[in-house]
Amino acid sequence: MENSRKKKKAVTRRAFLQSLSGGAMGAGVASRVLGKEPRSIQSGPGEMEVFSSKRIALTVNGKKVGFETEPGETLLQVLRDRLRLTGTKRTCNRGECGGCTVLLDGKPVYSCHILAIQAEGKDILTVEGLASGDKLHPVQQAFIDKDGYQCGFCTPGFIMSSVALLNTNKQPSLDEIKAGLAGNLCRCGNYQKIHAAVAAASDAMRSS
Amino acid sequence: MKKEHLIEDPHLEYMELAQNPGSQTAASKQPATQPAAEFKHIGKYTPRIDGKKIVTGTAQFTHDLYVDGMLQAKILRSPHACADLVSIDLSQALSYPGVKAAFKLKEGRIKWAGEQIAAVAAVDEKTAEEALKLIKVEYKVLPHVVSEEKAMEQAAPLIQDQGNVQKSNEYNRGDIEKGFKEADIVFEQTYKTSWEVHQTAETHSSLAKWDGDNLTVWDSTQAVQSVRDGLARALSIPASRVKVIKHYMGGGFGSKLGLNDHTVVAARLARETGRPVKVVLTRQENSYCVGYRPSARMTIKAGVKKDGTLIALHFKNYNCGGIGRGDRCAEPTTDVYKCPNVKVEEYSVFVNTCGSRATRAPGHTQGTFGLEGFMEELAAKLGMDPLELRRKNYSAKEKGDTGNPYSTKGLDQCYKLGAEKIGWLKRNKKPGAGSGKIRTGIGMASQIWPGAGVPGTLADLRIYSDGSVEVECGTQDIGTGTRTHIAVVAADTLGLEPQDISVKIGNSDYPWAPISGGSLTTPSVGPAVRDAALKAAEYLKGLASKKLNTPPADILLENKKLVLKTDPSKAIEIREVVRGLPRPMVFHGERSEHPSTFAFQTFGAHFAEVEVDTETGKIKVKKVVAAHDVGRVINRQTAESQVLGGIIQGLSAGLFEEKIMDAETGTMVNPNLHDYKIATALDIPEIIPIFADVVDDRLNNLGTKGLGEPPRIPSSAAIANAVYNAIGVHVREIPMTPAKVLAALKRKEAKP
Repeated sequence: MENSRKKKKAVTRRAFLQSLSGGAMGAGVASRVLGKEPRSIQSGPGEMEVFSSKRIALTVNGKKVGFETEPGETLLQVLRDRLRLTGTKRTCNRGECGGCTVLLDGKPVYSCHILAIQAEGKDILTVEGLASGDKLHPVQQAFIDKDGYQCGFCTPGFIMSSVALLNTNKQPSLDEIKAGLAGNLCRCGNYQKIHAAVAAASDAMRSS
Repeated sequence: MKKEHLIEDPHLEYMELAQNPGSQTAASKQPATQPAAEFKHIGKYTPRIDGKKIVTGTAQFTHDLYVDGMLQAKILRSPHACADLVSIDLSQALSYPGVKAAFKLKEGRIKWAGEQIAAVAAVDEKTAEEALKLIKVEYKVLPHVVSEEKAMEQAAPLIQDQGNVQKSNEYNRGDIEKGFKEADIVFEQTYKTSWEVHQTAETHSSLAKWDGDNLTVWDSTQAVQSVRDGLARALSIPASRVKVIKHYMGGGFGSKLGLNDHTVVAARLARETGRPVKVVLTRQENSYCVGYRPSARMTIKAGVKKDGTLIALHFKNYNCGGIGRGDRCAEPTTDVYKCPNVKVEEYSVFVNTCGSRATRAPGHTQGTFGLEGFMEELAAKLGMDPLELRRKNYSAKEKGDTGNPYSTKGLDQCYKLGAEKIGWLKRNKKPGAGSGKIRTGIGMASQIWPGAGVPGTLADLRIYSDGSVEVECGTQDIGTGTRTHIAVVAADTLGLEPQDISVKIGNSDYPWAPISGGSLTTPSVGPAVRDAALKAAEYLKGLASKKLNTPPADILLENKKLVLKTDPSKAIEIREVVRGLPRPMVFHGERSEHPSTFAFQTFGAHFAEVEVDTETGKIKVKKVVAAHDVGRVINRQTAESQVLGGIIQGLSAGLFEEKIMDAETGTMVNPNLHDYKIATALDIPEIIPIFADVVDDRLNNLGTKGLGEPPRIPSSAAIANAVYNAIGVHVREIPMTPAKVLAALKRKEAKP
């Protein structure tokens, strides 16, 4: 039943796709990989530039990092797969749950929903960049104190949304907290304690 | 008379562990009863000892593991609900740059859309995804059926050789016909629940790595021990050569119990390529390939005296769990209320979709929605207060007052505490008595669930010569805070603080502990840790008695010291006592047996307050009071969180959730978090958790029971009953969408 063999000959992906491009299957794959209509594969080499990786630099948690990125790569993919900043979670990967929320110039965004190249020149803040050394951000501390989590998978996203909310509204009401966090899903259902954590963080930040 | 053959319950192993815990080893004969000591941490609010990891994003979930040389796997799945596999051609996929291995995973008949067909391992996820598209599969598509009603028709395609409808449970007590004859009133009604998908935040994921003949698998699992055993069987290798590790996981709710097919795929691809292989399911795969709560269509018929005394209960259920069997849902009906004559008939209906899976309180959740909705309607028919009807039929023994006595039962206290807190007297005396566009109502529901724990659970406690303490236990934290519970119990027993305890769990090499499901963890692991810690305490007291020149019985452990009871000024630090030990001292703890002459259950009651917009059919849940008897609470902080979560999931299933199938294609039409709606921050009510704190000294050395399932069980039912109280007609089917609420209101108009 098993039918496997290890690849022996090195073939580039481009050459491989070109070799397939006559067939419908190949064309279909090529169009998905290249983000182009199938016919563009047969045109001049200039058309293939879209397929090439590009070197970009991002500012993540205050540090400038440069790396190769392929077209179509999301900020989430880059953060996790290339930079190994795995605090930012992939939960739905299509902008439905907020698990991948990071701050872009202070604004909360779903990192699965923007391309890495769109984040060039902007300040990216992830959950790993919140604490200063050993000192937790007041929102992080409040999530611990109020038990604002269960499994903890959605927590980094909630924390980033909470930080963004408190940066613009220092003393949100319960309804404002709910609205501010409505883009984040917690399957364990700990919303009440998450909201209490945000309120506690608001108190802590205003009194410090 | 020959007994009719019953098909097996798919979640039987889970339910048997939950209900009839068998000893894994000969449990130590420790005294079942410990004095109800004053605890410093147990029963109080302790923040999670691992909180910092979670809030800084450094807690390692299986998704987050990247190891050197790692390949990523993707699985090709059947787009057809029923088909014969004619051929698979992997050649193009295999020659695609970056692909390291590809397998066929299927032969013959495909029975559901989403079945594994083939798998690819490649240098990265994108390459594996692209390679999947190069696999050529020829299917001979066959007729399918995905609706329960259609599957029951004569002409329906046959899913199982024995038929699409098979008996899955029967139970008889007393004489049901005699009971109905003696009744003043006979009342019958039907209630339905839908397919509810677990939708864990972290999708299923495994990473497999071989080192010679030894396999290590990091898995997002609720059961490192079961996955170890399952992998050994699936790969025909010794269990002693398999290690399963789980640090953190993003939710399970039953969908990550036992071995998953994709985990075997990762292990096989890793063996084939000689490289570590990780597989991470997509949200879509998580929606339609890893199970869901089977539906139930329950018809309950009761014979009752005018004063509300139940004398006959007939429970007939058609459950549906895809190609597998559905849940047995009768237990609430057979056990919650006193009733001498009971008959149960349950049938599984088979359709072409993925098999169901244990889902937080399998069977009880559906069965409680049926029974408790029925009790509410029965009360109205009798002109009784629904809470009074429940009290009237209160049972002190299992099996509706016919079996063993409950060791402890705090349901009456839950009724009292909950009713007071919600303001039960504010409810409409007659359902639907209010007026206007927006109607308000209050409803309640009762709950039972085993949650007694598993004798034979093991834990080791180690004291090092520098005085540091660690606990090793082969359990796992599925998000409930198990590490902290272990630390609280060990610390409290040894006069330490929870942060002082190094807790090592989530590794199948550690001492045996059961699956984290069935509300088993705390009442299994807690007593094993307590046992080990008590032994350690005795050992430390023995050492200190020489140094303090006093009998061990006169020594207390507190504030990291061994203190003379009669003269607290005489004390010696724990680390002083153990200094110079030639080796770390290990204390083996074991969860004891509990007496077979008593029944052990958890109990609870939820009270919900709702608003219903009679023009739009929209339900707004305003408040839920949840009163639970789960024995001694170990950590009130995390226990409250469990209750909140159970209620929200019940609310979510009650109002929104449903796996919807397309009849034409036989595929799920809402396999994502946009179309499969779950509750958000904007949907949640004020929730007040209350614990009855009934310590069960017979059950274990902590008097504690499980809490994972209980708060999930009565939640949808209490909300549905509140809606009934508001609008005067019971919706009888979840999710209670606006359309169903409006249809119910129409039904009421048609039948004044």
